[in-house]
Amino acid sequence: MSDTASDTALPDIALRPEIIQTPRGAQDFGIVQKKLTVFERLYNQAWLRKTLLIVVLLVVWELYARHLDNPLLVPTFTDTITAWWDGIVSGVLPERALASLQVLAIGFSAGVVLAFILTVLAITTRIGTDFLETMTAMFNPLPAIALLPLALIWFGLGIGSLVFVLVHSVLWAVALNTHAGFRGVSQTLRMVGRNYGLSGLKLVLRILIPAAFPSILAGLKIGWAFAWRTLIAAELVFGVASGKGGLGWYIFESKNELDIPEVFAGLLTIIMIGLLVENVVFRTIENRTVRRWGMQS
Amino acid sequence: MLDTTQSPPLLDVRGVTLQYKTREHLVTATYRVDFSVQRSDRFILLGPSGCGKSTLLKAVGGYMAPTEGEIQLKGHRIIRPGPDRMMVFQEFDQLLPWKTVRQNVVFALETSGKLKGRAADEKAMQYIQKVHLDRFADAYPHTLSGGMKQRVAIARGMAMEPDILLMDEPFAALDALTRQRMQEELLMLWEETKFTVLFVTHSIPEAVKIGNRILLLSPHPGQVKAELNSVPANSDPAIAAALEARIHDMLFVDRVEEEVHV
Repeated sequence: MSDTASDTALPDIALRPEIIQTPRGAQDFGIVQKKLTVFERLYNQAWLRKTLLIVVLLVVWELYARHLDNPLLVPTFTDTITAWWDGIVSGVLPERALASLQVLAIGFSAGVVLAFILTVLAITTRIGTDFLETMTAMFNPLPAIALLPLALIWFGLGIGSLVFVLVHSVLWAVALNTHAGFRGVSQTLRMVGRNYGLSGLKLVLRILIPAAFPSILAGLKIGWAFAWRTLIAAELVFGVASGKGGLGWYIFESKNELDIPEVFAGLLTIIMIGLLVENVVFRTIENRTVRRWGMQS
Repeated sequence: MLDTTQSPPLLDVRGVTLQYKTREHLVTATYRVDFSVQRSDRFILLGPSGCGKSTLLKAVGGYMAPTEGEIQLKGHRIIRPGPDRMMVFQEFDQLLPWKTVRQNVVFALETSGKLKGRAADEKAMQYIQKVHLDRFADAYPHTLSGGMKQRVAIARGMAMEPDILLMDEPFAALDALTRQRMQEELLMLWEETKFTVLFVTHSIPEAVKIGNRILLLSPHPGQVKAELNSVPANSDPAIAAALEARIHDMLFVDRVEEEVHV
Protein backbone atom coordinates (compact mmCIF):
# COMPACT_ATOMS: atom_id res chain seq x y z
CA MET A 1 0.00 0.00 0.00
CA SER A 2 2.66 2.45 1.04
CA ASP A 3 4.80 1.29 -1.86
CA THR A 4 2.18 2.08 -4.43
CA ALA A 5 1.44 5.40 -2.75
CA SER A 6 5.06 6.51 -2.98
CA ASP A 7 5.25 5.19 -6.54
CA THR A 8 2.35 7.33 -7.65
CA ALA A 9 3.34 10.31 -5.47
CA LEU A 10 6.82 10.64 -6.94
CA PRO A 11 5.86 11.30 -10.59
CA ASP A 12 3.16 13.72 -9.38
CA ILE A 13 5.73 15.92 -7.68
CA ALA A 14 8.04 15.81 -10.67
CA LEU A 15 5.23 16.63 -13.06
CA ARG A 16 4.31 19.99 -11.58
CA PRO A 17 4.86 22.59 -14.29
CA GLU A 18 7.40 25.35 -13.79
CA ILE A 19 6.30 28.96 -13.72
CA ILE A 20 8.27 31.66 -15.44
CA GLN A 21 7.08 35.22 -15.65
CA THR A 22 8.47 38.51 -16.87
CA PRO A 23 7.86 41.55 -14.64
CA ARG A 24 5.63 44.13 -16.29
CA GLY A 25 6.74 47.63 -17.13
CA ALA A 26 5.74 50.65 -15.08
CA GLN A 27 3.23 51.79 -17.69
CA ASP A 28 0.95 48.82 -16.81
CA PHE A 29 0.27 49.86 -13.23
CA GLY A 30 -0.33 53.28 -11.81
CA ILE A 31 1.95 54.34 -9.01
CA VAL A 32 5.54 53.32 -8.40
CA GLN A 33 6.39 56.29 -6.28
CA LYS A 34 4.26 59.39 -5.88
CA LYS A 35 4.83 62.43 -3.77
CA LEU A 36 2.40 62.89 -0.91
CA THR A 37 0.20 65.93 -1.04
CA VAL A 38 1.45 69.13 0.59
CA PHE A 39 -1.00 68.70 3.46
CA GLU A 40 0.05 65.10 4.11
CA ARG A 41 3.71 66.10 4.17
CA LEU A 42 3.09 69.03 6.52
CA TYR A 43 0.98 66.88 8.81
CA ASN A 44 3.89 64.43 9.10
CA GLN A 45 6.01 67.13 10.76
CA ALA A 46 5.80 66.60 14.52
CA TRP A 47 6.78 70.18 15.38
CA LEU A 48 4.01 71.53 13.16
CA ARG A 49 1.39 69.36 14.80
CA LYS A 50 2.60 70.42 18.24
CA THR A 51 2.62 74.09 17.29
CA LEU A 52 -0.93 73.70 16.03
CA LEU A 53 -1.90 72.12 19.33
CA ILE A 54 -0.37 75.01 21.30
CA VAL A 55 -2.17 77.56 19.13
CA VAL A 56 -5.47 75.82 19.78
CA LEU A 57 -4.81 75.83 23.54
CA LEU A 58 -3.89 79.51 23.46
CA VAL A 59 -7.11 80.35 21.65
CA VAL A 60 -9.10 78.38 24.25
CA TRP A 61 -7.27 80.26 27.02
CA GLU A 62 -7.93 83.63 25.41
CA LEU A 63 -11.62 82.90 24.89
CA TYR A 64 -12.11 81.52 28.40
CA ALA A 65 -10.29 84.48 30.04
CA ARG A 66 -12.41 86.95 28.08
CA HIS A 67 -15.53 85.07 29.01
CA LEU A 68 -14.49 85.06 32.69
CA ASP A 69 -13.45 88.72 32.53
CA ASN A 70 -11.53 88.66 35.82
CA PRO A 71 -7.84 89.59 35.32
CA LEU A 72 -7.14 88.89 39.01
CA LEU A 73 -7.90 85.21 38.51
CA VAL A 74 -7.07 84.49 34.89
CA PRO A 75 -5.63 87.24 32.70
CA THR A 76 -6.06 86.83 28.97
CA PHE A 77 -3.28 85.52 26.81
CA THR A 78 -2.85 88.91 25.18
CA ASP A 79 -2.47 90.59 28.58
CA THR A 80 0.08 87.99 29.59
CA ILE A 81 2.05 88.39 26.38
CA THR A 82 1.94 92.17 26.75
CA ALA A 83 3.19 91.94 30.34
CA TRP A 84 5.88 89.52 29.18
CA TRP A 85 6.96 91.78 26.38
CA ASP A 86 7.07 94.78 28.71
CA GLY A 87 9.16 92.74 31.12
CA ILE A 88 11.56 91.82 28.34
CA VAL A 89 11.84 95.36 26.99
CA SER A 90 12.33 96.93 30.41
CA GLY A 91 15.05 94.36 31.06
CA VAL A 92 13.49 93.12 34.29
CA LEU A 93 12.63 89.62 33.07
CA PRO A 94 15.99 88.91 31.38
CA GLU A 95 17.76 90.15 34.50
CA ARG A 96 15.69 87.92 36.78
CA ALA A 97 16.05 84.95 34.45
CA LEU A 98 19.81 85.48 34.32
CA ALA A 99 19.97 85.66 38.11
CA SER A 100 18.12 82.35 38.35
CA LEU A 101 20.26 80.70 35.69
CA GLN A 102 23.47 81.82 37.36
CA VAL A 103 22.51 80.23 40.65
CA LEU A 104 21.35 77.17 38.75
CA ALA A 105 24.65 76.86 36.88
CA ILE A 106 26.62 76.98 40.13
CA GLY A 107 24.40 74.46 41.90
CA PHE A 108 24.09 72.17 38.88
CA SER A 109 27.81 71.99 38.17
CA ALA A 110 28.67 71.50 41.83
CA GLY A 111 26.12 68.67 41.99
CA VAL A 112 27.50 67.03 38.85
CA VAL A 113 31.10 67.22 40.10
CA LEU A 114 30.09 65.70 43.44
CA ALA A 115 28.08 63.01 41.66
CA PHE A 116 31.11 62.20 39.52
CA ILE A 117 33.38 61.84 42.55
CA LEU A 118 30.84 59.66 44.37
CA THR A 119 30.32 57.43 41.33
CA VAL A 120 34.01 56.97 40.66
CA LEU A 121 34.48 55.96 44.30
CA ALA A 122 31.51 53.64 43.93
CA ILE A 123 32.91 51.75 40.94
CA THR A 124 36.46 51.55 42.25
CA THR A 125 35.75 50.36 45.80
CA ARG A 126 33.10 48.15 47.29
CA ILE A 127 32.64 50.40 50.31
CA GLY A 128 32.15 53.29 47.86
CA THR A 129 29.32 51.33 46.22
CA ASP A 130 27.71 50.72 49.59
CA PHE A 131 28.08 54.39 50.50
CA LEU A 132 26.51 55.60 47.25
CA GLU A 133 23.68 53.08 47.42
CA THR A 134 22.84 53.93 51.02
CA MET A 135 23.03 57.66 50.47
CA THR A 136 20.89 57.62 47.32
CA ALA A 137 18.36 55.36 49.00
CA MET A 138 18.11 57.81 51.87
CA PHE A 139 18.29 61.17 50.15
CA ASN A 140 16.84 60.63 46.68
CA PRO A 141 13.24 60.55 47.97
CA LEU A 142 13.84 63.61 50.16
CA PRO A 143 12.44 66.75 48.46
CA ALA A 144 15.09 69.44 48.22
CA ILE A 145 12.65 72.09 49.42
CA ALA A 146 12.34 70.27 52.74
CA LEU A 147 15.99 71.06 53.35
CA LEU A 148 15.57 74.82 52.84
CA PRO A 149 14.90 75.74 56.49
CA LEU A 150 17.99 73.78 57.50
CA ALA A 151 19.98 75.37 54.69
CA LEU A 152 18.99 78.83 55.93
CA ILE A 153 20.29 78.04 59.39
CA TRP A 154 23.54 76.62 58.03
CA PHE A 155 24.28 78.99 55.15
CA GLY A 156 22.14 82.00 56.01
CA LEU A 157 20.12 84.06 53.60
CA GLY A 158 21.68 84.14 50.17
CA ILE A 159 23.03 82.11 47.32
CA GLY A 160 24.65 79.57 49.65
CA SER A 161 21.34 78.09 50.76
CA LEU A 162 20.02 77.96 47.21
CA VAL A 163 23.16 76.21 45.95
CA PHE A 164 22.90 73.73 48.81
CA VAL A 165 19.36 72.65 47.91
CA LEU A 166 20.27 72.60 44.21
CA VAL A 167 23.21 70.30 44.84
CA HIS A 168 20.92 68.05 46.80
CA SER A 169 18.38 67.92 43.98
CA VAL A 170 20.98 67.21 41.27
CA LEU A 171 23.47 64.99 43.06
CA TRP A 172 21.43 61.86 43.73
CA ALA A 173 19.64 61.70 40.40
CA VAL A 174 22.86 62.12 38.42
CA ALA A 175 24.88 59.79 40.65
CA LEU A 176 22.24 57.08 40.49
CA ASN A 177 22.00 57.19 36.70
CA THR A 178 25.74 57.45 36.15
CA HIS A 179 26.39 54.53 38.46
CA ALA A 180 23.76 52.42 36.70
CA GLY A 181 25.35 53.41 33.38
CA PHE A 182 28.83 52.44 34.52
CA ARG A 183 27.63 49.07 35.75
CA GLY A 184 25.90 48.50 32.42
CA VAL A 185 29.11 48.91 30.38
CA SER A 186 29.83 45.54 28.81
CA GLN A 187 32.66 43.41 30.12
CA THR A 188 34.06 43.30 26.59
CA LEU A 189 34.48 47.08 26.40
CA ARG A 190 36.19 47.15 29.79
CA MET A 191 38.55 44.43 28.65
CA VAL A 192 39.27 46.35 25.45
CA GLY A 193 40.19 49.41 27.53
CA ARG A 194 42.43 47.41 29.83
CA ASN A 195 44.02 45.82 26.79
CA TYR A 196 45.27 49.30 25.80
CA GLY A 197 46.87 49.57 29.24
CA LEU A 198 44.13 51.80 30.69
CA SER A 199 43.19 51.47 34.33
CA GLY A 200 41.75 53.47 37.21
CA LEU A 201 40.65 57.01 36.45
CA LYS A 202 41.93 56.82 32.86
CA LEU A 203 39.68 53.83 32.20
CA VAL A 204 36.75 55.72 33.69
CA LEU A 205 37.37 58.86 31.62
CA ARG A 206 38.21 57.25 28.29
CA ILE A 207 36.01 54.15 28.26
CA LEU A 208 33.34 54.11 30.96
CA ILE A 209 32.05 57.68 30.61
CA PRO A 210 31.54 57.58 26.84
CA ALA A 211 30.19 54.03 27.02
CA ALA A 212 27.72 54.99 29.75
CA PHE A 213 26.88 58.32 28.13
CA PRO A 214 23.22 57.53 27.35
CA SER A 215 22.57 56.90 31.07
CA ILE A 216 24.67 59.87 32.14
CA LEU A 217 22.76 62.14 29.78
CA ALA A 218 19.45 60.81 31.09
CA GLY A 219 20.68 61.56 34.61
CA LEU A 220 21.70 65.08 33.64
CA LYS A 221 18.26 65.69 32.13
CA ILE A 222 16.49 64.51 35.26
CA GLY A 223 18.92 66.49 37.39
CA TRP A 224 18.30 69.63 35.37
CA ALA A 225 14.54 69.30 35.68
CA PHE A 226 14.78 68.70 39.45
CA ALA A 227 17.15 71.63 39.87
CA TRP A 228 15.05 74.06 37.83
CA ARG A 229 11.89 73.24 39.78
CA THR A 230 13.68 73.35 43.12
CA LEU A 231 15.29 76.68 42.33
CA ILE A 232 12.05 78.41 41.35
CA ALA A 233 10.28 77.01 44.40
CA ALA A 234 13.13 78.01 46.71
CA GLU A 235 13.17 81.51 45.27
CA LEU A 236 9.44 81.78 45.77
CA VAL A 237 9.89 81.00 49.43
CA PHE A 238 13.21 82.59 50.26
CA GLY A 239 14.14 84.48 47.11
CA VAL A 240 14.08 87.81 48.92
CA ALA A 241 17.24 86.69 50.62
CA SER A 242 19.48 86.46 47.62
CA GLY A 243 20.08 90.17 47.02
CA LYS A 244 19.00 90.26 43.40
CA GLY A 245 16.01 87.99 43.05
CA GLY A 246 15.41 85.40 40.37
CA LEU A 247 12.29 84.40 38.45
CA GLY A 248 10.65 82.85 41.49
CA TRP A 249 11.08 86.10 43.38
CA TYR A 250 9.68 87.99 40.37
CA ILE A 251 6.51 85.91 40.53
CA PHE A 252 6.26 86.36 44.29
CA GLU A 253 6.68 90.12 44.00
CA SER A 254 4.13 90.46 41.21
CA LYS A 255 1.63 88.42 43.16
CA ASN A 256 2.03 90.75 46.14
CA GLU A 257 1.31 93.67 43.85
CA LEU A 258 -1.68 91.78 42.48
CA ASP A 259 -0.21 92.13 38.99
CA ILE A 260 -1.44 88.74 37.82
CA PRO A 261 -0.49 89.16 34.15
CA GLU A 262 3.09 89.56 35.39
CA VAL A 263 2.77 86.38 37.44
CA PHE A 264 1.69 84.62 34.25
CA ALA A 265 4.53 86.25 32.34
CA GLY A 266 6.96 84.88 34.95
CA LEU A 267 5.50 81.39 34.61
CA LEU A 268 5.68 81.68 30.84
CA THR A 269 9.37 82.54 31.06
CA ILE A 270 10.03 79.54 33.28
CA ILE A 271 8.26 77.26 30.80
CA MET A 272 10.12 78.78 27.88
CA ILE A 273 13.52 78.34 29.49
CA GLY A 274 12.58 74.76 30.35
CA LEU A 275 11.57 74.04 26.76
CA LEU A 276 14.69 75.71 25.43
CA VAL A 277 17.05 73.66 27.58
CA GLU A 278 15.18 70.43 26.90
CA ASN A 279 14.67 70.86 23.15
CA VAL A 280 17.73 72.84 22.14
CA VAL A 281 20.54 72.18 24.59
CA PHE A 282 19.89 68.54 25.45
CA ARG A 283 18.54 67.68 21.99
CA THR A 284 21.69 69.04 20.39
CA ILE A 285 23.92 67.09 22.77
CA GLU A 286 21.89 63.95 22.04
CA ASN A 287 22.08 64.39 18.29
CA ARG A 288 25.82 64.95 18.37
CA THR A 289 26.57 62.05 20.69
CA VAL A 290 24.37 59.09 21.50
CA ARG A 291 22.25 59.28 18.35
CA ARG A 292 25.25 59.69 16.10
CA TRP A 293 26.95 56.74 17.78
CA GLY A 294 23.87 54.57 17.37
CA MET A 295 23.58 54.12 21.14
CA GLN A 296 20.05 55.57 21.16
CA SER A 297 17.54 55.75 18.36
CA MET B 1 57.28 17.34 15.43
CA LEU B 2 60.65 16.05 16.46
CA ASP B 3 62.52 19.34 16.82
CA THR B 4 59.92 21.80 18.02
CA THR B 5 61.91 23.58 20.71
CA GLN B 6 65.12 24.73 19.11
CA SER B 7 64.42 28.45 19.66
CA PRO B 8 62.96 29.74 22.95
CA PRO B 9 59.18 29.95 22.58
CA LEU B 10 57.41 33.30 22.21
CA LEU B 11 54.68 32.28 24.60
CA ASP B 12 55.25 29.66 27.24
CA VAL B 13 52.38 28.21 29.27
CA ARG B 14 53.60 25.88 32.02
CA GLY B 15 51.38 23.84 34.30
CA VAL B 16 48.63 26.43 34.31
CA THR B 17 45.64 25.75 36.51
CA LEU B 18 42.89 28.35 36.29
CA GLN B 19 40.08 28.74 38.77
CA TYR B 20 37.34 31.30 38.99
CA LYS B 21 34.52 31.90 41.41
CA THR B 22 30.88 32.08 40.48
CA ARG B 23 28.32 33.16 43.01
CA GLU B 24 28.18 29.71 44.57
CA HIS B 25 31.04 27.62 43.22
CA LEU B 26 34.75 27.62 42.76
CA VAL B 27 35.21 26.33 39.23
CA THR B 28 38.42 24.81 37.92
CA ALA B 29 38.53 25.83 34.29
CA THR B 30 41.84 24.25 33.29
CA TYR B 31 44.16 21.83 35.06
CA ARG B 32 47.95 21.94 34.57
CA VAL B 33 47.94 22.92 30.93
CA ASP B 34 51.28 23.08 29.11
CA PHE B 35 51.95 24.41 25.65
CA SER B 36 54.26 26.81 23.94
CA VAL B 37 53.75 29.03 20.92
CA GLN B 38 56.55 29.82 18.48
CA ARG B 39 56.85 33.03 16.50
CA SER B 40 54.49 33.14 13.48
CA ASP B 41 52.50 30.21 14.80
CA ARG B 42 48.80 30.01 14.10
CA PHE B 43 48.13 28.19 17.33
CA ILE B 44 44.63 26.88 17.94
CA LEU B 45 43.01 26.10 21.27
CA LEU B 46 40.30 23.60 20.34
CA GLY B 47 37.79 21.91 22.55
CA PRO B 48 34.12 21.55 23.38
CA SER B 49 32.39 24.18 25.47
CA GLY B 50 33.48 23.99 29.09
CA CYS B 51 37.07 23.05 28.33
CA GLY B 52 38.33 26.41 29.59
CA LYS B 53 39.82 27.51 26.28
CA SER B 54 38.42 31.06 26.53
CA THR B 55 39.52 31.26 30.18
CA LEU B 56 42.98 30.18 29.11
CA LEU B 57 43.04 32.95 26.49
CA LYS B 58 41.95 35.49 29.12
CA ALA B 59 44.80 34.35 31.34
CA VAL B 60 47.26 34.86 28.47
CA GLY B 61 45.64 38.27 27.97
CA GLY B 62 46.46 39.01 31.61
CA TYR B 63 42.85 39.35 32.72
CA MET B 64 43.16 36.59 35.31
CA ALA B 65 46.06 35.08 37.22
CA PRO B 66 46.71 31.34 37.26
CA THR B 67 46.28 29.65 40.63
CA GLU B 68 49.10 27.34 39.71
CA GLY B 69 51.79 27.48 37.03
CA GLU B 70 53.08 30.38 35.00
CA ILE B 71 52.55 32.10 31.67
CA GLN B 72 55.53 33.82 30.08
CA LEU B 73 55.69 36.02 27.02
CA LYS B 74 59.22 36.47 25.67
CA GLY B 75 60.57 35.24 29.00
CA HIS B 76 58.56 37.74 31.06
CA ARG B 77 55.77 36.64 33.32
CA ILE B 78 52.33 37.94 32.37
CA ILE B 79 50.73 39.80 35.24
CA ARG B 80 48.34 42.32 33.68
CA PRO B 81 46.68 43.13 30.33
CA GLY B 82 48.82 45.04 27.91
CA PRO B 83 49.05 46.14 24.28
CA ASP B 84 51.71 43.51 23.53
CA ARG B 85 48.85 40.98 23.53
CA MET B 86 45.90 42.32 21.54
CA MET B 87 42.56 40.61 22.01
CA VAL B 88 39.97 40.13 19.30
CA PHE B 89 36.69 39.15 20.92
CA GLN B 90 33.68 37.30 19.61
CA GLU B 91 31.27 40.07 20.59
CA PHE B 92 30.45 42.76 18.03
CA ASP B 93 30.41 45.42 20.75
CA GLN B 94 34.17 45.31 21.14
CA LEU B 95 34.48 48.45 19.01
CA LEU B 96 34.02 51.75 20.80
CA PRO B 97 30.65 52.95 19.46
CA TRP B 98 31.53 56.62 19.95
CA LYS B 99 34.46 56.40 17.56
CA THR B 100 34.58 55.85 13.81
CA VAL B 101 36.43 52.91 12.31
CA ARG B 102 39.56 55.00 11.83
CA GLN B 103 39.30 56.59 15.28
CA ASN B 104 38.90 53.17 16.86
CA VAL B 105 42.24 52.04 15.47
CA VAL B 106 43.94 55.39 16.14
CA PHE B 107 42.62 55.44 19.71
CA ALA B 108 44.19 52.03 20.36
CA LEU B 109 47.54 53.20 18.99
CA GLU B 110 47.51 56.49 20.86
CA THR B 111 46.24 55.40 24.27
CA SER B 112 48.70 52.54 24.44
CA GLY B 113 51.43 55.06 23.64
CA LYS B 114 52.52 53.20 20.53
CA LEU B 115 52.17 56.02 18.01
CA LYS B 116 50.92 59.61 18.02
CA GLY B 117 49.17 61.96 15.59
CA ARG B 118 49.92 61.54 11.88
CA ALA B 119 51.94 58.39 12.35
CA ALA B 120 49.05 56.75 14.21
CA ASP B 121 46.60 57.84 11.53
CA GLU B 122 48.76 56.48 8.73
CA LYS B 123 49.31 53.17 10.48
CA ALA B 124 45.57 52.90 11.14
CA MET B 125 44.66 53.54 7.50
CA GLN B 126 47.29 51.08 6.33
CA TYR B 127 45.65 48.27 8.29
CA ILE B 128 42.10 49.39 7.52
CA GLN B 129 43.05 49.06 3.86
CA LYS B 130 44.41 45.59 4.53
CA VAL B 131 40.95 44.47 5.67
CA HIS B 132 39.34 46.33 2.71
CA LEU B 133 37.41 48.82 4.80
CA ASP B 134 38.99 52.06 3.58
CA ARG B 135 35.61 53.13 2.18
CA PHE B 136 34.14 52.86 5.67
CA ALA B 137 37.01 54.47 7.55
CA ASP B 138 34.82 57.34 8.74
CA ALA B 139 31.71 55.30 9.48
CA TYR B 140 30.51 54.64 13.01
CA PRO B 141 30.46 50.98 14.09
CA HIS B 142 26.66 50.79 14.37
CA THR B 143 26.39 51.29 10.61
CA LEU B 144 28.59 48.26 9.86
CA SER B 145 27.62 44.60 9.45
CA GLY B 146 28.85 41.98 11.90
CA GLY B 147 31.58 40.78 9.56
CA MET B 148 32.80 44.33 8.97
CA LYS B 149 32.96 44.97 12.71
CA GLN B 150 35.08 41.88 13.18
CA ARG B 151 37.37 43.03 10.36
CA VAL B 152 37.82 46.37 12.13
CA ALA B 153 38.65 44.54 15.36
CA ILE B 154 41.23 42.45 13.49
CA ALA B 155 42.67 45.56 11.82
CA ARG B 156 42.87 47.23 15.22
CA GLY B 157 44.62 44.22 16.72
CA MET B 158 47.08 43.97 13.84
CA ALA B 159 47.79 47.70 13.66
CA MET B 160 49.10 47.53 17.20
CA GLU B 161 51.65 45.02 15.89
CA PRO B 162 51.51 43.02 19.12
CA ASP B 163 53.82 40.14 19.97
CA ILE B 164 50.81 37.88 19.77
CA LEU B 165 47.22 38.31 18.61
CA LEU B 166 44.66 36.62 20.85
CA MET B 167 41.43 35.71 19.07
CA ASP B 168 38.47 34.43 21.05
CA GLU B 169 36.14 32.73 18.56
CA PRO B 170 36.10 35.90 16.45
CA PHE B 171 33.98 34.40 13.68
CA ALA B 172 31.56 32.35 15.77
CA ALA B 173 28.75 34.92 15.64
CA LEU B 174 28.93 35.33 11.85
CA ASP B 175 26.84 33.60 9.19
CA ALA B 176 28.46 30.64 7.45
CA LEU B 177 29.40 32.43 4.22
CA THR B 178 30.89 35.48 5.93
CA ARG B 179 32.69 33.20 8.32
CA GLN B 180 34.34 31.28 5.51
CA ARG B 181 35.42 34.47 3.77
CA MET B 182 36.83 35.87 7.02
CA GLN B 183 38.85 32.71 7.57
CA GLU B 184 40.35 33.04 4.11
CA GLU B 185 41.07 36.73 4.65
CA LEU B 186 42.79 35.99 7.94
CA LEU B 187 45.04 33.46 6.23
CA MET B 188 45.86 35.99 3.50
CA LEU B 189 46.73 38.60 6.13
CA TRP B 190 48.95 36.06 7.82
CA GLU B 191 50.74 35.42 4.51
CA GLU B 192 51.50 39.14 4.34
CA THR B 193 52.83 39.79 7.83
CA LYS B 194 53.31 36.36 9.43
CA PHE B 195 51.92 37.55 12.75
CA THR B 196 51.63 35.15 15.69
CA VAL B 197 48.09 34.28 16.65
CA LEU B 198 46.52 32.27 19.44
CA PHE B 199 43.06 31.36 18.21
CA VAL B 200 40.25 29.85 20.26
CA THR B 201 37.52 27.88 18.50
CA HIS B 202 35.16 24.99 19.04
CA SER B 203 34.88 24.25 15.34
CA ILE B 204 37.10 21.42 14.12
CA PRO B 205 37.05 22.50 10.43
CA GLU B 206 37.96 26.05 11.45
CA ALA B 207 40.86 24.76 13.56
CA VAL B 208 42.18 22.63 10.72
CA LYS B 209 41.76 25.42 8.20
CA ILE B 210 43.29 28.26 10.18
CA GLY B 211 45.86 26.63 12.44
CA ASN B 212 49.29 25.19 11.87
CA ARG B 213 49.27 23.68 15.35
CA ILE B 214 46.22 22.57 17.29
CA LEU B 215 45.93 22.04 21.03
CA LEU B 216 43.08 19.70 21.93
CA LEU B 217 41.53 20.23 25.34
CA SER B 218 39.22 17.93 27.24
CA PRO B 219 36.28 19.41 29.14
CA HIS B 220 35.61 19.90 32.89
CA PRO B 221 38.31 20.92 33.62
CA GLY B 222 40.38 21.60 30.52
CA GLN B 223 43.41 19.37 30.22
CA VAL B 224 45.69 18.89 27.26
CA LYS B 225 44.55 15.93 25.27
CA ALA B 226 46.84 16.31 22.29
CA GLU B 227 48.90 18.82 20.41
CA LEU B 228 48.69 18.17 16.69
CA ASN B 229 50.11 19.65 13.52
CA SER B 230 47.52 20.79 11.05
CA VAL B 231 47.74 20.24 7.32
CA PRO B 232 49.32 22.85 5.00
CA ALA B 233 46.85 25.40 3.66
CA ASN B 234 46.68 24.21 0.04
CA SER B 235 46.87 20.47 0.61
CA ASP B 236 44.43 17.83 -0.57
CA PRO B 237 40.97 18.32 1.00
CA ALA B 238 40.95 14.58 1.74
CA ILE B 239 43.96 14.99 4.07
CA ALA B 240 42.23 17.83 5.90
CA ALA B 241 39.07 15.73 6.16
CA ALA B 242 41.08 12.85 7.57
CA LEU B 243 42.58 15.11 10.24
CA GLU B 244 39.15 16.50 11.05
CA ALA B 245 37.83 12.97 11.47
CA ARG B 246 40.78 12.07 13.69
CA ILE B 247 40.21 15.12 15.92
CA HIS B 248 36.52 14.41 15.96
CA ASP B 249 37.15 10.88 17.19
CA MET B 250 39.48 12.14 19.92
CA LEU B 251 36.87 14.60 21.14
CA PHE B 252 34.03 12.15 20.67
CA VAL B 253 35.51 9.75 23.23
CA ASP B 254 34.83 12.41 25.82
CA ARG B 255 31.29 12.88 24.67
CA VAL B 256 30.54 9.19 25.27
CA GLU B 257 32.17 9.25 28.70
CA GLU B 258 30.27 12.36 29.60
CA GLU B 259 26.97 10.81 28.61
CA VAL B 260 27.76 7.74 30.69
CA HIS B 261 28.48 9.97 33.70
CA VAL B 262 25.28 11.89 33.24
